[in-house]
Amino acid sequence: MKKALRNVYLYIMLLFLYAPILVLMVYSFNASKSRGQWGGFTLEWYRRLFMDSNIQSALYYTVLVAILATIISTIVGTISSIGIFLYGNRVQKLMLNVNYIPVINPDIVTGVSMMILFAFMSMRQGFATMLIAHITFCIPYVILSVLPKLRQMDVNLIEAAMDLGARPMQIITKVVLAEIKPGIVTGLLFAFTLSIDDFVISFFTTGSGVSNLSIYVYSMAKRGISPEINALSTLMILTVTLLLFVINKRNNKKTKITGERI
Amino acid sequence: MKKVIGIMCAVLLLAVGLTGCGQSDAQKLYVYNWGTYIDNTVLADFEKENNCKVVYENYASNEEMYYKLKSGNANYDVVFPSDYMIEKMIKENMLLPLDKQNIPNLKNIDPKLLNIPFDPGNQYSVPYFWGTLGILYNTEKVTETVDSWSILWNEAYAKKILMYDSQRDSIGIALALLGYSINSTNTDELNKAYELLVQQKPLVLAYVNDQVIDMMIGNEADLAVVYSGDAVYCMSENDKLAYAVPKEGSNQWFDNVAIPFTSKNKELAEKFIDFMCRDDISLKNTMEVGYTSANQNALKEASKEPAYDNIAYNPTDDILARCTAYQDIGQFIASYADIWTKVKAAQ
Amino acid sequence: MNKNMRVLGLPYVAWMLIFICLPIVLLGVYSFTNNTGNFSLENFKSFFTPIYIQILLNSLYLAFISTVICFILGYPVAYIIAKIPSEKTRNTFLLLFILPMWMNFLLRTYSWMTLLGNNGLINTLLQALSLPQLNLLYNSGAVLLGMVYNFLPFMIYPIYSILIKIDANYAIAAGDLGANPRQTFMKITFPLSIPGVITGITMVFMPAVSTFVIPSLLGGGQNMLIGNLIEQQLMQAGNWHFGSAASLIMMTIILIAMQVMNRFDKTQQKNMEMLA
Repeated sequence: MKKALRNVYLYIMLLFLYAPILVLMVYSFNASKSRGQWGGFTLEWYRRLFMDSNIQSALYYTVLVAILATIISTIVGTISSIGIFLYGNRVQKLMLNVNYIPVINPDIVTGVSMMILFAFMSMRQGFATMLIAHITFCIPYVILSVLPKLRQMDVNLIEAAMDLGARPMQIITKVVLAEIKPGIVTGLLFAFTLSIDDFVISFFTTGSGVSNLSIYVYSMAKRGISPEINALSTLMILTVTLLLFVINKRNNKKTKITGERI
Repeated sequence: MKKVIGIMCAVLLLAVGLTGCGQSDAQKLYVYNWGTYIDNTVLADFEKENNCKVVYENYASNEEMYYKLKSGNANYDVVFPSDYMIEKMIKENMLLPLDKQNIPNLKNIDPKLLNIPFDPGNQYSVPYFWGTLGILYNTEKVTETVDSWSILWNEAYAKKILMYDSQRDSIGIALALLGYSINSTNTDELNKAYELLVQQKPLVLAYVNDQVIDMMIGNEADLAVVYSGDAVYCMSENDKLAYAVPKEGSNQWFDNVAIPFTSKNKELAEKFIDFMCRDDISLKNTMEVGYTSANQNALKEASKEPAYDNIAYNPTDDILARCTAYQDIGQFIASYADIWTKVKAAQ
Repeated sequence: MNKNMRVLGLPYVAWMLIFICLPIVLLGVYSFTNNTGNFSLENFKSFFTPIYIQILLNSLYLAFISTVICFILGYPVAYIIAKIPSEKTRNTFLLLFILPMWMNFLLRTYSWMTLLGNNGLINTLLQALSLPQLNLLYNSGAVLLGMVYNFLPFMIYPIYSILIKIDANYAIAAGDLGANPRQTFMKITFPLSIPGVITGITMVFMPAVSTFVIPSLLGGGQNMLIGNLIEQQLMQAGNWHFGSAASLIMMTIILIAMQVMNRFDKTQQKNMEMLA
């Protein structure tokens, strides 16, 4: 009885979390523009979506910024982590505290302060400023994922490599990077998901006709409900679900393989 | 590991290459306009005819546009300010004087709209759309005659009223209802307007911008403050809707096209303005958005459509006689902004 | 690896100075100056007038209530999932509950607009049952709902990850010593899960207090919160000085809240250590 009650509770909460999204997805196939009635099945909104050049450009910038910000922040973050790791306790703590600012600061404060910065440097807001902002809030997460792996690393490994005559560069690439790779991958995934999903910081730092999908959805939603956003939402939700599913499958497989090896 | 770095570099190069492709050699024209205020195909036409790329962005209020230009974070080539804002921007040297020789299609513009005090001799701006501010209502729900702003304070329509989220328009309505000038700079009068708006707040469903269009078409509210052009569009989509300009008087507004000081391509910007004055382009725009065209030929042509044959699209002289234009009220605008913030924050 | 390789950290130090420190400094400069660029406290003076205090209090109040609701709804979810014996079922449920976190925040907020509107699904159903229509959208309730909906997974996940680590033997030992399940929960499980609760509270409260999207889309301009005030001052009213002051005040509040939470967390940890 108690167990049944527990399950009921879980399912009610799941309904709460998923019902709005499912309704949205169903409406994206509704031929009637009004939400009150079902006007039959249609793919019209998807057709319009693919015709809309504004959406295409928003999608292009979203993906481009996400890829560039991820790559740059992963590389910079990893290299910086090694540098930070080698500093003494006090300096390291100071650096990490500053690095922590974008993580704890509310997005709106980060966005507003960067907007002021770009005005101060008289940079015209657009693609470049948005990319810089994304890199700035992605790097801290990369560092926070990589640094613990560096700390866990066995110092003897490096000494052994040195004894065997490895040059510093070889040590970095063959030993250190191999050891901290899981941290790098975590940081990379963090950076990518944060960048692709960002709204607030992009909202304040973009301009010159450059916008990402979140900004586009916001400006459309401010104008009211539109079946095209429903269609866009459905596609975005399906993409994320698929992506997570793949990652999850891959992870499961990996643990299985490593598990067998042990 | 090398492989990973290699792949990363390749993706990086590819991405940089993609951005490179995105920026073709064609010159760019940065256009900053109100939301839903143009037929988008017109932009593509202009791009094709002039081999350029139009970068198009929207704003929701004159103030938003003004401060964006002031902040220095953007440089647009073409903007669409209203009357009082044009006056302010001219005073502050924010608009570039136009070379009329580059705008031959100016001849199509209704002479009534030229040489208005906010821009004498149209040195800086060319009329685009104009209209009035009024009440759009659902005739099935509102059976009494709508001829006064006071209906927006009628408790019978509690939570069925939409106000426009614009400081000048909302405060202007309260001022008009109180019998004051909509350009008032009298603190007492403004305080009374503030009290009136706070008193109205419990009856208001929402303070909206462009979503008023969808909400009125979808019968989500009974009464809404709208610009005449939005009323034309809504009435064409929902025949239960009607438009009225209250007897206390209202605002007649003019939205013109102008070139801000930030423009780096004045020649192309003037070409764009001339293009917007062309008869076929003007007609396309007015048919798409429902606003009254400043182009007299387009106006005549559009008025033949049943949906455009009404006082919202083409107001009578009688209506225009009781409307006034907004004027630049200088530093006093800060008081308006303050009042509007207070109204929206009131519980 | 030797100390020379510290230089690897230097480029990022420069980056941090320009893109993290300088913006905050500029924010400070803007808040303490007026339009003419002179030092002034006028922004803070005008912020601490009844109308803006009310906006601030309203934001804190809504964020607080939504955090409480998230806790009340989220704790049982985390607890029930953590108690599921089969690892596979457990992971599936967990994934289902955190999946919404990965969906675009704007879409999640927007989806409620389609449900709550006067023509939305809920009112259409009410109408079909010939019940009176309700004004669901454009009020504080809608804003609150939007916050709870968006941030609930942030409460569930940290609590779950602590609960799952608690040694089951504690509960068994308590049972052996004669504690009933209720006592075991109140005296053992719940106190041990406090660090997760703290993280959850922080993760819900922080975004809730600073959001401007939720009140802007679901509040219909009726509910101005501090996030909206900042957005409005920066983007529409053009008063960067006042907007910066409001941002600085919000940042301070959040930092203080985090400090309080941390302290609470630490004393709790110490108690735990002593207990162990």
